[in-house]
Amino acid sequence: MSEKKYELIVIGGGPAGLAAAHSAWESGLRKILIIERAKHLGGILNQCIHNGFGLHHFKEELSGPEYADRFIKMVEACTDGNAPEGIEIMTDTMALNITPDHEVYVSNTEGYRVLKADSVILAMGCRERTRDSVGIAGSRPAGVYTAGTAQMFMNIMGYSVGRRVVVRGTGDIGLIMARRMKLEGAEVLACIGASDHADGLARNVNQCLKDFDIPLLLRHTITEIRGKDRVEQVVAMEVDEHRNVIPGTEQVFDCDTLLLSIGLIPENELSKKAGVPIDSRTSGAVVYENNETEIPGIFACGNVLQVHDLVDFVTEESIRAGQAAAEYVLGGCKAKTSDTVFALANGENVKYTVPMKARMEEIGKFLEVSFRVKKIFGAGSAVVVTQGDQQIARFKRPYMSSSKMEKIRIPKALIDKIDPLGEPLTVSAVEEVE
Amino acid sequence: MQEIICIVCPKGCHLMVDEENDFAVTGSACEKGIDYGRNELQNPVRVLTSTVRVSGCSEEDSDIVRCPVRTDGSIPKDLMFDAMKQIDAVELVAPVEVGDVVIPDILGTGVDIIATRTVK
Amino acid sequence: MYDVVIIGCGVSGASCAYMLSRYNLKVAMLDKSSDVSNGTTKANSAIIHAGYDPSPDSLMAKLNVRGTELAKEIAAKLDVPINNCGSMVLAFDEADLEHVNKLCERGVANGVPGIRVLTGDEAREIEPELAPEVVGALYAPSSCIINPWEYGLAMAETAVRNGVEILLNTEVTGFDAKADGFTVKTDKGDFETRFVISATGVYAAETRSLLEKPDYEIVPTRGQYFLLDKEEGKRVGTTIFQCPNEKGKGVLVSPTVDGNLIVGPDAIIGDADDKTTDKDGLDKIAEAAKRSVPKVNFRMNIKNFAGVRANSSSSDFIIQESEAFPGFIDLAGIKSPGLSAAPAIAEYVVEMLRNDGLELSKKADFIDSRKRPRLPESGTAEGDEARREAIAKDPAYGRIICRCETVSEGEIVAALHTPIPPTTINGVKRRVGAGMGRCQGGFCMPKVQELIARELDKDWLEICLDENGSEILAYKTKEQGKEGR
Repeated sequence: MSEKKYELIVIGGGPAGLAAAHSAWESGLRKILIIERAKHLGGILNQCIHNGFGLHHFKEELSGPEYADRFIKMVEACTDGNAPEGIEIMTDTMALNITPDHEVYVSNTEGYRVLKADSVILAMGCRERTRDSVGIAGSRPAGVYTAGTAQMFMNIMGYSVGRRVVVRGTGDIGLIMARRMKLEGAEVLACIGASDHADGLARNVNQCLKDFDIPLLLRHTITEIRGKDRVEQVVAMEVDEHRNVIPGTEQVFDCDTLLLSIGLIPENELSKKAGVPIDSRTSGAVVYENNETEIPGIFACGNVLQVHDLVDFVTEESIRAGQAAAEYVLGGCKAKTSDTVFALANGENVKYTVPMKARMEEIGKFLEVSFRVKKIFGAGSAVVVTQGDQQIARFKRPYMSSSKMEKIRIPKALIDKIDPLGEPLTVSAVEEVE
Repeated sequence: MQEIICIVCPKGCHLMVDEENDFAVTGSACEKGIDYGRNELQNPVRVLTSTVRVSGCSEEDSDIVRCPVRTDGSIPKDLMFDAMKQIDAVELVAPVEVGDVVIPDILGTGVDIIATRTVK
Repeated sequence: MYDVVIIGCGVSGASCAYMLSRYNLKVAMLDKSSDVSNGTTKANSAIIHAGYDPSPDSLMAKLNVRGTELAKEIAAKLDVPINNCGSMVLAFDEADLEHVNKLCERGVANGVPGIRVLTGDEAREIEPELAPEVVGALYAPSSCIINPWEYGLAMAETAVRNGVEILLNTEVTGFDAKADGFTVKTDKGDFETRFVISATGVYAAETRSLLEKPDYEIVPTRGQYFLLDKEEGKRVGTTIFQCPNEKGKGVLVSPTVDGNLIVGPDAIIGDADDKTTDKDGLDKIAEAAKRSVPKVNFRMNIKNFAGVRANSSSSDFIIQESEAFPGFIDLAGIKSPGLSAAPAIAEYVVEMLRNDGLELSKKADFIDSRKRPRLPESGTAEGDEARREAIAKDPAYGRIICRCETVSEGEIVAALHTPIPPTTINGVKRRVGAGMGRCQGGFCMPKVQELIARELDKDWLEICLDENGSEILAYKTKEQGKEGR
C-alpha cells in the first residue's frame, strides 16, 4: 500500500496552520496537506467570537471566526494548473505520532495510516493550565472549568456553565469570558489575579470588567474550593509580593462556578515524539531564525511554539514558517549546516527569546526576536541587545508589560558586528537612565 | 483631565482627555484612538459580539447550533443588554455567509448585527 | 425474593457479586452512588500488597496472600490492567533496618514468595533514582499495581453479565428482619431477601446501625495523593514504601498501570464524606516523597485527590454475621490491604453463606471473561494493527475524542453500552481514560457529554460530572425564561 507523498504536512488547521499552509503554497509548494483534529478548520478562533482580531494583518477589527474564515477562503482558493486539487485538507483527523524522518501517523474514520512528507510544520496550538497545575485545595465538585472550556460550551454548544461565577486569573480569555457570562445572564462576582496588574490586555480590563462593574481583585488568589457535588463557595486570600498567602485575609464567595484563566501551555507531545528538543522557558520547540526546529525539515509556529496574545503575530510567524518549509523542500531537503550558529539568551527582566538560535548567513534584512518581559516598564524603558560587554542594539519602548509579547528587529548590519562563536546574544529590558 | 486606556486595538494606549478643552485627546498612537477618547467621556460606544441560534445546517455543518454575530460598528454602551435581548430572539436558517445582516439597524442605532461565520 | 442482596458496589461488594454469580442464585447489588467503584475503591494507592504487613495469625494475613494470588488470575481473565512490578520498603537508618527485617520475617511466615532484604546499593541497582541515604530495603517481588476501579468494575460487570441485578443511585434507608430473611428498604423501593451482605466501606457502621448497634467503630481516614504526568512515570519501576516512624506512616512513590506516577497518602482522621485536599498536607507529602526519590518533579502534577479509608477500631478486618440477626453479613473495616484481599474476602463470605444453608449449585454457563472497551496504545505493531482493524469495523474508532490519552469515539460509545453503562463524565473517564490526561478533560468534556447525551438519550443539562447534583451545565443560552435577564 503506497501512500501519496506530500511536500509538506501541516499539523493543525487553526490560524497558525492555515497561514503556514497558505504561505508555503505562495512560496511554490503544491503538495500540501493540512491535518485538523476538529470537524472544522479555524482552531480556537471558532470559539473566540469577540472582536479585536486582524488589526495588524487586515487593518480591520474582526471576530475570531471572521479572521479564520478569511484564511480558510485563502487556503481554499489555492489552486492552479499544476495542482487543481489545491491544498488537501483532512479534518476530523488526529496525528498520533510523527517520526524524525517526517512520517505522520494519522487516525480518522477512514483508517489509521502513515503519511510521508518532505517537511512538517507543527501548528498544534496550546492547552490551558488546570486547577491541579496550580494546586487549588479543597473538594472536587462540578463547576470548576478552564475559561476556554466554558467558552466552548457557551459559544459553540450554547450552554452556560454557571449562574454565579468567580474567575481566577486575569488572562484575556478569563476577562473575555467574564463579559460573555455576564451578557448571557450569569452573575460574575469577581475576577481574581495574584500579581499587581491584570495579565490580560488593558483594553480587556476596561471593556470586559469595568464596563460591567465586575470587581478586579488583584494580589489575591483562590485557596480553597468548597462544595460536595457542585461548587458552593470559593475562598480567596490576599498574597504578598512573593505570592505567599497572608493569614487572616480569607474572603468567601458564594458561587456555583470557578473559571480558571491561569495560563496556556504549548501542546508539544507530538513534537517530543518526533525528537524535537523543547525549550524549558517557552515549553515550545527550540527554533532557528526561520522557525526550523533542531530536526531538519520540521518547523513550528503559533501557540505550539510560544504563547501569543495576538493572532496577527501568529499569522506573521506562520507565514515565515511556511516560507522556510518551502525553501527547504524546493532546495532539495538538505539540512542546513552552518559554522556561524549563535545562541540567543534572555538577559535581565526577560523571560525567554524566540528564536533561541540563529545562523548568521540565513539572516535577511533583520533578525526578528520575540520575547516577554518580567514586569511592567513605563515610559522611557528600552530593550538592549548585548554580546558579552558589547552593546549591539538598543530599542526604545514607551511601555512594556508581561501581558504582551514584545518584538525587536535587529538589522543585519548590526548582527554582522557580533562574533558568532562568542557569547550568546542577550536580550534585556531596562529602565532608561538619562 | 482624565486618563483612560484606549480599547480600539490591543496596544492599549494611555490617553489623556481634557474635558475643559473640547475633549482634546493626547497620548494616542492613531486617529481612531483620538475618536475613542473623545467619545468615551461623552457618548461611550462598544462593539457587541454574541451568538444566535442557527438551524437547517447541511450534513457538513450539522454540529453547528450557534452562529457568532457582531455589531457592524459601535453602538452606545448602555444599549448592550437591550441589543442582547433582540439577538437572543433570532434564529437563523443556514446557509449563512460571513457579513450577512442578521438584524438591520439594531435599536435604531444605524448599526447592523452581522454574522461572523459561514454556516452551510 | 432474592437469595442475597449486596449493599455497596465497591471492590468488596463487587467481589462478592462476582463470586456469587457463578451459582444459581438470585442476587442484587445496590449502591447509593451513581457508579460502581466510586468510594474508597477509586481513590487509594492501587497496590496489590505482597502480604508481609499483617501479623501472621490474623484473618488479614490469610486473606491478603490469597487475595493477591486471586487478583492476578482475575485481572488476567477480566482484562484488568495489572503490573507485577514488585515493591520495596526503604530503610534510612538502623531502626528502619530493624523494622524491615521484622517485616521480612513476617512475610516469610505469611508465605510471601521471594521476599528478601536488600542492601542500599542493591536497591539502587534496581531503582537508580533512590536517594543515596537509603541503607537497605525489603524487596517483595510479588507485589503488584492495579487499576483499582477497573478491578471493581470488571467483577461487578461480570456479575451482571451472569445475571446479578444492579441498582445504582439507590440508598438503603432501613431493614426489617423477618423469619425467612430481611426486607431491605431503599429510596427506590423494598427488596425481600434471605441474606444481606453489607459492604459499604466508610459507611459500614451507619448501615449496620439501621439494623442494630454495631460493636465496632469506623475511623474514616482521609489520604491525599498527587498523580503526576506520564513524563514522571518512569522515575521508579517499583512501588517504593517507607518505614513508619514517629513522623507518620511514610508515603509511597509508585508507578501506576497507566504509566503515571502516584505519590501519597497522608492519614487524617475525619469525616467519611470529606475528600478535600489541603496545601499543607500535600506539601508534607511532597517533602516526604523526596526523601525516597529526590528527583520527583512535582511541577508535573496533573491531579491531586483524596480518598477516605475505612479504618476501624479493630486491627483486623471485621467480617462477621450478626448474632441477633443471622443472615446479615457485615464487611467492615476493610482497610489496607482490603483491595488486595477483596476476592479472598468474597470466597470467605461464600463459605459463610454455605454454612448458613444457602444452596450453591454452579451455573453451567458461567461467563468468566471480559474485554475492556479500550484499544491498545498506538506506536507498537500490535497496537497499530488493532486500531486499523477496529476502524475498519467501525469508523468511530478512528475519531479521537480525548487527545491527551488518545481515546476514540468508538471506545466511548462501546463503554456507554457495557453491562454497567457509565452515565456521567467521570464514569466515562474511569472506563476509557477520556479526560484523565494533562488537560484534565478541558478539551474533551463537551464532546464526551455530547456522546452521553446521544447514546443514552439524555438532555445535556441532566448530565453530571459524577454523583447526582453535580450537573456540568447551568442553562441553555438564547432561551426564554433563563436566569438573570
